[in-house]
Amino acid sequence: MSEPVISMKNVNFNYENKTALKNINFEIRQGAFMGLIGPNGGGKTTLIKLILGLFKPQKGSIELFNVPIGKFKNWDKIGFVSQKANTFNQGFPATVEEVVSMGLTSKVGYLKFFTKQHKQKIRDAIKQVGMSEYLNENIGDLSGGQQQRIFIARALVSDPELLILDEPTVGVDTENVQKFYELLHQLNAQRNITLLLVTHDTGTMTHHATDIVCLNKTMHFHGNTAEFTALSDSDLSDFYGHTLNLVSHDH
Amino acid sequence: MIANFFQYEFLQNTFYTGLLIGLIAPLLGSFIVVRRLSLIADALSHVTLAGIAFGLMLEKKFALGFITPFYTGMGFSVVASVFVEQLRRVYKAYQELAIPIILSGGVGLSVIFISLADGFNTDLFNYLFGSVSAVSRGDLWSIVGITIIVLTVLLLFYKELFMLSFDEEHAVVSGIHAKRIHFLFILLTALVIAASIRIVGVLLVSALMTLPVAASIRLAKGFKQSIVLSIIFGEISVVAGLISGYYFEIPPGGTIVVTSIIILLLAIAAKRLGLNLGRRRANQ
Repeated sequence: MSEPVISMKNVNFNYENKTALKNINFEIRQGAFMGLIGPNGGGKTTLIKLILGLFKPQKGSIELFNVPIGKFKNWDKIGFVSQKANTFNQGFPATVEEVVSMGLTSKVGYLKFFTKQHKQKIRDAIKQVGMSEYLNENIGDLSGGQQQRIFIARALVSDPELLILDEPTVGVDTENVQKFYELLHQLNAQRNITLLLVTHDTGTMTHHATDIVCLNKTMHFHGNTAEFTALSDSDLSDFYGHTLNLVSHDH
Repeated sequence: MIANFFQYEFLQNTFYTGLLIGLIAPLLGSFIVVRRLSLIADALSHVTLAGIAFGLMLEKKFALGFITPFYTGMGFSVVASVFVEQLRRVYKAYQELAIPIILSGGVGLSVIFISLADGFNTDLFNYLFGSVSAVSRGDLWSIVGITIIVLTVLLLFYKELFMLSFDEEHAVVSGIHAKRIHFLFILLTALVIAASIRIVGVLLVSALMTLPVAASIRLAKGFKQSIVLSIIFGEISVVAGLISGYYFEIPPGGTIVVTSIIILLLAIAAKRLGLNLGRRRANQ
């Protein structure tokens, strides 16, 4: 069995007196493509922030690559595409190449400069997401779907073993969402990158993810996609707190 | 003017200083603008005025010649930069509040110190609007020192500062020490403001940090190109402003800013023209 990449045990997190997450236990193993779903305010983004070390849990433990998060140093093993990626300052004068180069900043380290090899890596990452012809374009001049690809390239350039994406398809049109999922599928299958994807698009996600976690302050479901799709509509509605039907579409 | 330039040391001091601040003010301003901190330069410059007034008061009341207003201004500006950071942390949801707090504090202190020093004098007027004759050789060497510090720090931390400016959350997730880098940055801003005041004056220093950048981001492809363009625009503004200021005997702060605004208007027009040409070509 493959190694765990993220492991959370009995994690609780409160914002002042308000419970955000309670008794969270879950694990993602290497090579998995996990979908994280749940209603708004259910704690999905909080969970991501805990994994990224931006928040500290009041109770419980988190391990990344079998290392307690407090001692974890290899942050370049983790790529992150945030919810905010497509709400950045559109007027920022940064080329595609400059944006992707940020993915290597931490890996290159303080007081050091990008080498020719780093520049080649940046171009390779841009090529991988199919955006080579836009290398010298300002990121603000691209469409939402193209920008999202650039942010994926930024996350990929440091060769991460785990890629975390927080609602990356918000504001992206349907056709590009489909292309986006194909890219994720390819990264997972060909480069064995473990994926954790937060999404509201439950239907499309079930076509691609191997595992699913349902979160609404506590864990309501943690299993594989087949088990998830076997859930009845009433189970899902109980979990979301309102009526929900799984609708999947191919385009 | 060229003959006078070789004859008078004060003119040489002014032009060399002008060239240096024409380089560092837009360079640092490029980061300030994209981080949406343009008004912080204004707040810090007003605190620098308080420091200068404090220095003038010391000179007048206690005849402390070794502490010049240039250094007291710089000291106040650096201390204020620390306060700005603290206030931004205290008011996380209202970070812009730091600006009026620091700005009004600076003006308030300035009024007190100016009154204690028995009111305005020509030197204070020079600090407010800049001067072509106020830069001493000592000031020039201090500004050379500040330029070397600014260039070295920006070169060494360019990639981290660029990342923090574009996406602070991503920078923090990647393990960048955002607070320390930001602190370093705001300290540099305080130093550059103090260095620029002799030439452009307290009231117009933020213009030299923002107007060339405002023009460059209309035209540039990428951040590096935007920095290069803003420095070119900054240097043109300073040189044209100093020459016209000298000939018309008016404070160079005003002429530098007016030149910057003309460049900005030309950049906006050029961008519009470029877009229209692009559209016409696309329609053909």
